[in-house]
Amino acid sequence: MAVKLSYREYFKEEALPLMWCAGCGNGILLRAITDALADLEIPPHQVVVSTGIGCWGKADDYMKTHGFHGSHGRALAFGTGIKLGNPDLHVIALMGDGDALAIGGNHFIHAARRNIDITAIISNNFTYGMTGGQYSPTTPLSYKTTTSPIGVAEPAFDVCSLSEECGANYVARSTVYHVTQLKRFIAAAIQKKGFNVVEAINTCPTHFGRRNIPGDTVEMMNYVKEISISKSRYEKLDEEEKAKHLVTGELVNRDRPDFLSVYREINPAASETGRGEGK
Amino acid sequence: MSRPEGIQLMEGNHACAWGAIDAGARFYAGYPITPSSEIAEVCARELPAYGGTYIQMEDEIGSMAAIVGASLSGKKSFTATSGPGFSLMQENLGVGIYQEVPCVVVNIQRVGPATGLATQPAQADVMQARWGTHGDHPIIVLCPATVQEMYDFTIRAFNLAERFRTPVILLSDQVVGQTYENISLPDPASLKLVTRKKPGVPPEEYLPYQPDENLVPPMAAYGDRHILHASSTCHCETGYSNFKYGTNRQLLTRLKDKIYNYLDEIIEVEHFGPVDADVTLVSFGSASRVCKYLVGEAEKEGIRVNLLRLITMWPFPDQEVQKALANTGACVVAEMNQGQVINEVNRVNTTNTPVHLASGIDGELIRPEIIMTSIREAVK
Repeated sequence: MAVKLSYREYFKEEALPLMWCAGCGNGILLRAITDALADLEIPPHQVVVSTGIGCWGKADDYMKTHGFHGSHGRALAFGTGIKLGNPDLHVIALMGDGDALAIGGNHFIHAARRNIDITAIISNNFTYGMTGGQYSPTTPLSYKTTTSPIGVAEPAFDVCSLSEECGANYVARSTVYHVTQLKRFIAAAIQKKGFNVVEAINTCPTHFGRRNIPGDTVEMMNYVKEISISKSRYEKLDEEEKAKHLVTGELVNRDRPDFLSVYREINPAASETGRGEGK
Repeated sequence: MSRPEGIQLMEGNHACAWGAIDAGARFYAGYPITPSSEIAEVCARELPAYGGTYIQMEDEIGSMAAIVGASLSGKKSFTATSGPGFSLMQENLGVGIYQEVPCVVVNIQRVGPATGLATQPAQADVMQARWGTHGDHPIIVLCPATVQEMYDFTIRAFNLAERFRTPVILLSDQVVGQTYENISLPDPASLKLVTRKKPGVPPEEYLPYQPDENLVPPMAAYGDRHILHASSTCHCETGYSNFKYGTNRQLLTRLKDKIYNYLDEIIEVEHFGPVDADVTLVSFGSASRVCKYLVGEAEKEGIRVNLLRLITMWPFPDQEVQKALANTGACVVAEMNQGQVINEVNRVNTTNTPVHLASGIDGELIRPEIIMTSIREAVK
């Protein structure tokens, strides 16, 4: 039997220590991604991670795969070009909640609609961590941040519902507490063709937790654990309780044809290799 | 439709698209905007037959991002737009410059600011093409004036992009983009095409931002065993983030020098009319066509006029303009804006030659009488 690959094939150990705060789950998420890649035995040179800007946007600095670090909100737009430029690549877009859904919201909904073959992994910590803890499109209604000192007045996006509605093929939500499940969802998303979303609920004790979750970083992790609930259990809750929870699990798994498959079907001249010489 | 051959009556925008395809472009990402959309339409129709891909993005921010991404995956890539779209592209144009990504951006200028006189001609994006994206950076900008040049300069833009590993802007305007005139299409096999230099070292020794002796780093593509890390954050030769004192100075200096040390490969101007003149016109793009007409018209009034046409707008042809100013009685800068190139002309005017402006801001090709008035003014 072949030797099993290690996450070390993908993770840039010499870049340690990670720049993230103590108690942040981004390191756990990074390990889940690199473990998933090792389990799938995808050679590092066949992977491109495309990151945005923000705490999670620093993740490419810890990867030994091909890497792209661009502008705020545009990881999917750059990723679309990367994928279409070389369709054999596994393109993994790493975005935070503000990155993917505020400044990058337009790219996000159109990437899902097109069903472009990219895996989007969203680290959702409910806040803009890098800039000091302002409210983001996923900050729960009435929660406190530096720009909502009394409580945020806007309702939050549900990343997974949005992804489903816009056309993503695979949508799953897990947390940095549920490490095994998280890795399983990431592996499934990478393997599946089309636009696939894994939302990882993350801990931000430094900014989000400090203002909203009584206690220390351990309590922040407990909070993430406690708000997570399976779909079947969620549906039995009353409305008040529902508002306090997030459904985890595989929420969408379907097989809409991805953009490039449809493009090639409509334009039969577009060759598999991209080396056609025209008429 | 098969590729047109030989002498053809063709629109400028169509000529641009065919120039790109003949230069080896195999990826186009764009967003519809008049007066540039025909470039997208030709690409949508033709690229699949060349094994290429057309994608219509959700906006020009995404279009610029997608061509940067596809170029890093190894495809010659381009986009086309006009004023408002060019504004949106500035963000990721900066990413392309900083990451040294060869690609071509075509701007068929129209009147601004904002929606302006949609979609009538102007030449008012000269400074935006130079400084539109934030931060210090070099840029190469070419200005075609004919349909033939829409084809020829598009190929040259790709060649410069690949040679210098940088985005190149083809700064055209509505008149040139949407004029039909005869052009001569060469045999594609006869074209001299430049392709980015690939790494010459084994994968484990490859540093994606270690420059060659010409200051340009050889470029791997995503998917190669040579790992390519492209970052919009300050980076060292590994491509990974680096915040040490001196790294940004080293990077910005090299980005500038890789272009400014090789100006003889980039700068191109056209001299038209008599060598000795009372008045030298400095112009570019569609306005320069009116200037050529006026060389003869002024002669009838007994004024000797010649033209210095700027083909390369950026880097600015300092020496060529300086020399022209030293050898003339007066200068008229004819441009379809309120005066952008004139400031550059004055910057290099070491001989204190009188410089006048002929400004066309009426949403049409600059009228001959506007320039003629300035010529008469200059010889008073």
